[in-house]
Amino acid sequence: MQYIEPHGHMVSRVTDDYERMAIAGCEAICEPAFWAGFDRASAQGFYDYFRQITEYEPKRAARFGIRHYCWLCINPKEAEDMQLAEEVMDLIPQFLDRPGVLGIGEIGLNKNSRNELRIFEKHVQIAQDHGQLILVHTPHLEDKLKGTRLIVDALKNFSGIDPSRVIIDHVEEHTIDHVLDQGFWAGITLYPESKATPARAIDMFESRQGERIWMNSACDWGVSDPLAVPKTMQSMRLRGWSDEMVRKVAWENPATFMRQSGKFPL
Amino acid sequence: MPVRPVMSDMTTKWEPPQTVNLVDLGFMDARSKLIDLAAFLDRVERAGQQGDFRVQALRRAINCLETDKPGRAREVLLSFSDPSTEPIPQALTQGAVGAWKGE
Repeated sequence: MQYIEPHGHMVSRVTDDYERMAIAGCEAICEPAFWAGFDRASAQGFYDYFRQITEYEPKRAARFGIRHYCWLCINPKEAEDMQLAEEVMDLIPQFLDRPGVLGIGEIGLNKNSRNELRIFEKHVQIAQDHGQLILVHTPHLEDKLKGTRLIVDALKNFSGIDPSRVIIDHVEEHTIDHVLDQGFWAGITLYPESKATPARAIDMFESRQGERIWMNSACDWGVSDPLAVPKTMQSMRLRGWSDEMVRKVAWENPATFMRQSGKFPL
Repeated sequence: MPVRPVMSDMTTKWEPPQTVNLVDLGFMDARSKLIDLAAFLDRVERAGQQGDFRVQALRRAINCLETDKPGRAREVLLSFSDPSTEPIPQALTQGAVGAWKGE
């Protein structure tokens, strides 16, 4: 069955992963900008990274019949260096008109610091000024609850931000209701240890009847599985889901959200 | 790139899944994880490391399973979470460890 991988850091993956994802039914991959695993030394490093995900990765994906899209930002892990963050944010507008750029992301918080929050709000301002969709990263593990609340509160302070044009990713059982009840979209990330397992993701989908939720592998350079989405689709069938419902959450939901960018044709 | 047939853009209305035997599907996995948890607690105690705040957090989280009401996963996650509401002055680390250490 066809599916969309709405959150994959393919610059970290080998080319064989593209082939395996294509064989599993992947039609499109969306790549948010993120942390490289180390702090980059200058904004020039981000300029090259933005070129990589807007120019090179779409070509690598196309070899396997997969469409590639991306989101742009500086990750909150690098937001403590305010000068660097400002320089990187100044680069973003020149890339926004490129055909595969869906919006601003994955912005958010990491350790819930004041500087992270300031840089998050500046990114939201860029999105508001340029009419961009927003993809939000919520913090890891013990920091997620607090960070999610801070993020939702900050977003609600922007009168020009429509919650239906914002997806807040990496939700779990203790944050999903707060996100959806405020009108935002929610993303569930399927990780072997942290975040959600397929079984828990399916529980959350069933609890919220599949509304405004997508699932993703968030595959990157860490412990992660680029086939987590099709494996969860298989688990859904074993849990009694019809093909139509599997298709709804693996295709319709992410496509519906990303079509709002005007650049996502599927 | 070749154009492939794509799905309808209609928003499909939610329909609940067919009833299946969830115990058949999940019991052995849950049993395995519970035994692993028990063995972990035994292991860290033998090593004298049961005082680590993460082990203490695990033991508190286990109490969340005693309730008869649904919402256990949410309660476990809440028990591991930082309950404060104000941003911290500065991020001194970049990682998370899985349990809130306290103020």
